[in-house]
Parts: sequence; structure tokens; C-alpha cells
Amino acid sequence: MAAKKAPEKSNVSKEELLKFYREMLLIRRFEEKAGQLYGMGLIGGFCHLYIGQEAVVVGLEATTKDGDKRITSYRDHGHMLACGMDAKGVMAELTGREGGYSKGKGGSMHMFSREKHFYGGHGIVGAQVPLGAGLALADKYKGNDNVTFAYFGDGAANQGQVYETYNMAELWALPVIFVIENNHYAMGTSQARSTKSETLFGRGLAYGIPGEQVDGMDVLAVKAAGEKAVAHCRAGKGPYILEMMTYRYRGHSMSDPAKYRTREEVQKMKDEKDAIEHVRDLLIGSGLSSEEDLKAIDREIKDIVNESAEFAKASPEPALSELWTDIYA
Amino acid sequence: MSVMTYIGAIGAAQREAMQADPRVIIIGEDVEANVYGTTGESKQRAESGDFVQAFGKMRIRNTPISEEAMVGAAIGAAMTGLRPIVDLSYSSFLYMAMDQFVNQAAKNRYMFGGQSRIPVVFRSAMFYGLNTGAHHSDRPYSMFMTIPGLKILTPASAADAKGLMRSAVESDDPVLIFEAVPLWGQKEEVPDEEYRIPFGKARIRREGTDVTVVGISGSVPLALQAAETMAERGVSCEVIDPRTLVPLDSAAILESVKKTGRLVIAEPAHRTCGAAAEISALMAERAFPWLKAPIVRVTAANMQIPFSPVLERQMYPTRDKIADAIAKVAGH
Ligand SMILES: Cc1ncc(C[n+]2csc(CCOP(=O)(O)OP(=O)(O)O)c2C)c(N)n1
Ligand SMILES: [Mg+2]
Repeated sequence: MAAKKAPEKSNVSKEELLKFYREMLLIRRFEEKAGQLYGMGLIGGFCHLYIGQEAVVVGLEATTKDGDKRITSYRDHGHMLACGMDAKGVMAELTGREGGYSKGKGGSMHMFSREKHFYGGHGIVGAQVPLGAGLALADKYKGNDNVTFAYFGDGAANQGQVYETYNMAELWALPVIFVIENNHYAMGTSQARSTKSETLFGRGLAYGIPGEQVDGMDVLAVKAAGEKAVAHCRAGKGPYILEMMTYRYRGHSMSDPAKYRTREEVQKMKDEKDAIEHVRDLLIGSGLSSEEDLKAIDREIKDIVNESAEFAKASPEPALSELWTDIYA
Repeated sequence: MSVMTYIGAIGAAQREAMQADPRVIIIGEDVEANVYGTTGESKQRAESGDFVQAFGKMRIRNTPISEEAMVGAAIGAAMTGLRPIVDLSYSSFLYMAMDQFVNQAAKNRYMFGGQSRIPVVFRSAMFYGLNTGAHHSDRPYSMFMTIPGLKILTPASAADAKGLMRSAVESDDPVLIFEAVPLWGQKEEVPDEEYRIPFGKARIRREGTDVTVVGISGSVPLALQAAETMAERGVSCEVIDPRTLVPLDSAAILESVKKTGRLVIAEPAHRTCGAAAEISALMAERAFPWLKAPIVRVTAANMQIPFSPVLERQMYPTRDKIADAIAKVAGH
């Protein structure tokens, strides 16, 4: 098997590659399981899977330190697992149970963890972007050097509030990294059908925000770009934009006839660009790990995911009286 | 007559309106790919026809995810002679364009001394009871009722949806039409010829003598079921669907309450300042001498919508809750 070469600038160790492999695989297997539970009727409503985009959050989380914050859209399961939230609590929220991260009140799109500084899955496209700037404002006010990752999609990039936020974030030099997860589609609308801008990060330049496009299928490239962005923010130089070129393998949500793209297009991405295969090739091709080593990790991940599913099925339904709590402080 | 689903009827009305008048265009997210199901045949939701093929991309305008701009642009296009239908998909997304609705669409005609006209139809769909979570479960028609200048429609059946939609496109005022997603799949016989249903004309869905039950949107079929249940218990209910909330056919409700002396109002929106609150106030003012019992409202509570299916199930009017309310006002 021909190994693809890691970019030279990332002096990546075996440990780090294994960590990336493990974390990306956890997201993928978790999402596959969520898809199964949905099919079995254990999960209802919306369920937006992150399969294909794993390298983005895993690479960026590798650049964070304690106290850094993240906020994203409804396609949030991967972000939560990558920042260390427990698979059990995430899966139990998907099934709407008491043991879920929002006690069953949020569902797939709306989870939260103050402990892990995960400030939510948000359902209104683009609305998390100004919130992200606000998280960063509080850090700046407190005088620490924490940064916020505000994730949004290529579709969300067409919301006006994103640009109001860009302008203010640069004006106030807020430590926020705008991460555009450009998976090329907003539901059924391809990027070509929604904008004539050649790049999305380029729009930030008009506000004075530096940024770049990154191969979001290559976790090493993601990490390298993330380090640059984080250094910029921690140094007090204001926001930074990372446009992550990525791809979602599954439908927009669970019911998606996918008439807007061809099977071949999807297959080509899986065959040529898959983020997990890439790391796998690096590990095996360079002789750092054996097939056996990776199989052991596969088993470990399978156990974590199965456990989360069991927990999500066994966790009780919320008490009916829970309907009437949390409405006001 | 032919049988149509509610969502199919909306699609059919859009098709007729586009065929009838070249000034009619459709603007919305994913209308080209027909993700929401009323502009083509790629999904089970639409009855027939592909709008892009039939009308071309000049008239079926796919937008970026930019609600404020699309609503504003539709208003501008209407000021200069087009008659856009804007598909906002979920009613929860109307808020993204709130200024355009409240300050622009609603006030434009009045503040320019009647010189301006805003013939736009804003479609949006109320998903509720479907475990779509707090950001996708709003039923905000009553919020928009408080804004003078907007007309508010809440059809509860296929035939009404089709006829009201045609009138909406021909109206020279901005019209918001709120579709009840739980009713999208419900079927009804619809006349084959083109027809329009006037605004401000309630539909008496069932005649009766003991209790007036006003149902709104998705609560209309539930009110009919509750009336059926109560008929078995000897209570005769008159079920009224106002169909349009602005303008509201308060005369039809008053007429019925004068006859029955008892009123129950059921709707899926929040309780405070809801349509039921408004109708209650109107009847307290005008029907007081005829009322034999306090008016009872069956609504959603004033709260956010939970994801959990077991919790959400408690939220909205049901046949049983409406029947209980009827029993209460009837003294049973
Ligand atoms: C304000 C608003 N408008 C429309 C929608 C409906 N909607 C949900 S997801 C989506 C597409 C978003 O695409 P993108 O930002 O690229 O994110 P992706 O789903 O690809 O992760 C749309 C239009 C919404 N949730 N909120
Ligand atoms: Mg996208």
C-alpha cells in the first residue's frame, strides 16, 4: 500500500497519529451507530451525521488548551466527542433520555457542556456565529488568552449576521476562529448555486480578517492551520478564518433523497480523500503500526460505541414533570 | 372533484397561480431541488410537475440561506409589480427576517399614504409534535397577528389551503400563510376547477347547538374528533374554523355563540396573546349576555418546546383535551 506523505511542517509522532486515528474513528463509528438507532426508531426528529468531516474537529481540537471554547451548528456530534464529552451522554440525548447532555430536552441538535466549554449545537443556520464572538469577548474582557472556535457551514456563510460579526470581531480584535466547514452543500444547494465567491474565507479579507483554505480531509493540515490561527488569536491579533474543505458522506439529515449529487462524486471522495484511511495509511505505510495494532483500536472504539448505545437505550425517559422545569431561572 | 393532500394542494395552487400570471415568481431556499416538496416531483410530498422545468429558473429562484435578504428583495420586487411567493420553509425561520416583515412589509403601504402595494405571499410551515426540537417547532402565527398590515392565514384542510393560497397571491397586501405540518399528508376532495376562498370568511365544519368549538390550524381536525366523541355523550358541538385570523370572521363566531352560549377555542400556539386569547376577548366583549359558562382555551403552554417525544406529547391540544374542555363548559 502506497503511503501518502504527511506535510513536512507537522513533525507528527506515532502517538499523535494514533490519537487522531482513534478520535476520528470514534466519531465515525458513533455516527454509524446513531444512524442505525435512527433506523430502528430509537431516535426521532432530526439527526445530522458528521461522517466524512471528522478530520476538521479532530485536527482543531489538537490545538486547544484548557478553557478554549467551541460552538457549532446542529451537525454537532463530532464536535462534542472531539472535545471530550462522553459518548454515552451524547447518544442518550439523541434518544431523548434523562441521561442525555440536555436531559432529553435538546435532542441531536441542542447539547451543551459547560465543563467542556461546548456552548451548543444550534439549529438556526448562522446564529451561532455572533454567539461565538460573544464567547470570545468575555475571554478578552477577563484578560486570559483563551480562544473560541465558531464553526459554521458553507450555507451558513450566506447569512448576513456572519458579516456583521466579522466586522465587529475584527474591530474589537476578538480571539475567535471562524471555522467554515465547507462540505460543498447546504442541504440540496451546492456552493456553486449559492454564491459566485470563489472562496468563503476570502470574504473576511474585506473586514481585515486573515484566513486561508485548508484541506479539511487531512487532519495534519488541519492541525497545522489551526496552530497558526490559534497563535494569531492568543497573541491578541484578533479573529482568523479557516475555510475547511471537507465533505459529508451521508445525507443532509436522515431523510435525504440526494438528487443533488451523484453517487460517483461521493464514492470518489471516499476512495481518494478519506481522512481516516489517510492516517491509517500513514501509520501502516511508514511501519509505525501494524494492522493488528489498529484492529485493537477498532475493537476498543466499538466497545465505547456499543456501550453508549446500551446506555442510551437503558437511560429512563425524562419524568413528565420535567416539561415544566428550566423555563426560567 | 379530485382527492389531494394538503401539501399537494399548496403545490397545485402555486402551479395554477404561476400559469395564470407571469408576475408570480417563487423565491426560497432549495426550491430548485424541491427539498421542501412543493416545487417539483422528486419527493413524495409533491403531487406532480417539476416547477423548474415548467417555469424556468427566472421564476423559480433558489436563494442562498439569507432570509432577511430574500424577504426584503421580495418586498422590493412587489413594490414594482411582481407578485412573489416566498417559501421560508420552517416558521421558526421567519424571525431571521423580522425587520423586513414588521417594519417594511407591514408599514410600507400606510406610511407612504397608500401609494405602495406589497403583494407578496410568505409561506412557512409549522413543524410541531414531530420532535424537531426548540429551534424548529414554532407556531408563531399569533405573534404576527399583532402586526397591523399583515394578513394571516392558517388553513386546516387541502381544499382551504388551495383556495386561500390563490386569494393570497391575488391580494395586494402582504400575506403570511402558516401551514400545519401535521396536516400536510391529510387528504380532502378538492374541486377540479380553479377557485378562490375569500379572506375573513369562516368555515362551519360541523353544525351544532350546545357548544361552539373554534379550532385553529392543526387543532381543527382534533376539534372535529372531539365533537364526535361528545356527540356520543349527547353534547352537540358546532365546530368553526376561522381559516384566516387577520381578517377574522368574528361575526360567524358571535353568531354561533349567541346560539350555543358556550365557547371552547383550541389552537397549537402559545397561550399568552394567542389567537384563542384574542377570540376570547372579542367574545367576552360582544357575546357576554349570551354566555352561559366561562370561555375555555385549549392551547400550548407558554414555554419552549422539548425534544423528548414523551415530553413533547404533553404540549399541544389533543382530541381528549378538547373533549374535556367541551364537557367542562357543557357542565358534564
Ligand atoms: C435560519 C435558517 N434557515 C434555514 C434553515 C434550514 N437549514 C437547516 S440546515 C441548512 C443547510 C445548512 O448548510 P451548511 O451551513 O452548509 O451546513 P451543513 O448542513 O452542510 O453542515 C438549512 C438551509 C435553518 N435551520 N435555519
Ligand atoms: Mg454545507
